[in-house]
Amino acid sequence: MRLVVTAAGFVLALTSVPALAEDAKPNDAQIAHIAYTAGAIDIKAAQLALQKSKNKEVRDFAENMVHDHTAVNDQAVALVKKLNVTPEDNDTSKALAKQAEAKHAELEKLSGAKFDKAYADNEVAYHKTVDGALETILIPDATNAELKDLLKTGLKIFQGHEMHAEHVAQSLK
Amino acid sequence: MCLRAGGLALLAALALSSPAIAGETIRVAVDKMTFDPPKISAHVGDTIEWASSDFVVHTATAKNKDWDVTIPAKGMGRVTLNHPGEIDYFCRFHPNMTGQIVVAP
Repeated sequence: MRLVVTAAGFVLALTSVPALAEDAKPNDAQIAHIAYTAGAIDIKAAQLALQKSKNKEVRDFAENMVHDHTAVNDQAVALVKKLNVTPEDNDTSKALAKQAEAKHAELEKLSGAKFDKAYADNEVAYHKTVDGALETILIPDATNAELKDLLKTGLKIFQGHEMHAEHVAQSLK
Repeated sequence: MCLRAGGLALLAALALSSPAIAGETIRVAVDKMTFDPPKISAHVGDTIEWASSDFVVHTATAKNKDWDVTIPAKGMGRVTLNHPGEIDYFCRFHPNMTGQIVVAP
């Protein structure tokens, strides 16, 4: 899928972050909503893993995903309240949610070791995608300093998740 | 006589081998996903105290499995060092966070 960031004057192609409105950079209200949606998606996936998995490493990872993404989203909610911004649903957040629904349905059909592997692999891929979007679009485009700061901290946390997910995926091989 | 001498020798050995005074407490800040300072020097008997200002839970986990300390969000975690050596540690939840403690005897 193609994402055009006209103001920056370059074209980025991302495999799975859905296109933003083609001629506009996201505003802070949209960025906040994209980041929040990305977190909520991962919490939902982790809750599914906690229902389905019996593997200790997978469950520990999933529990941490619920805690961390809830903590980040709580910070995001507090910040948009403080800034008096109303998060705006947008094409990117909608498409993220739609993709996640499809993945959720796919994972729901699996069980045992197959589920564990698919969940861990998806967590690696998902965090890679979200981290890429934060680095190249959401952080550079955020104009409010506090939002930018929270996104930067979020990126470091999610990069940690990406590594953790890689370790879990590796342990399942 | 013999017993008394043995007892004295044991006391002397204890006095030499265990630290006569309590070890120092060394503070490591945990902020914005880093251990600061990342590398510290300590002695056996010292206590490392991690003080976090992050809003997520971390761990300080020794790679050699000597210890695994939970550092609550905006909270503290502590460990007293019992063995000399170079200990690499990381956060289990965010393995991109790493640190090292060089423990002298």
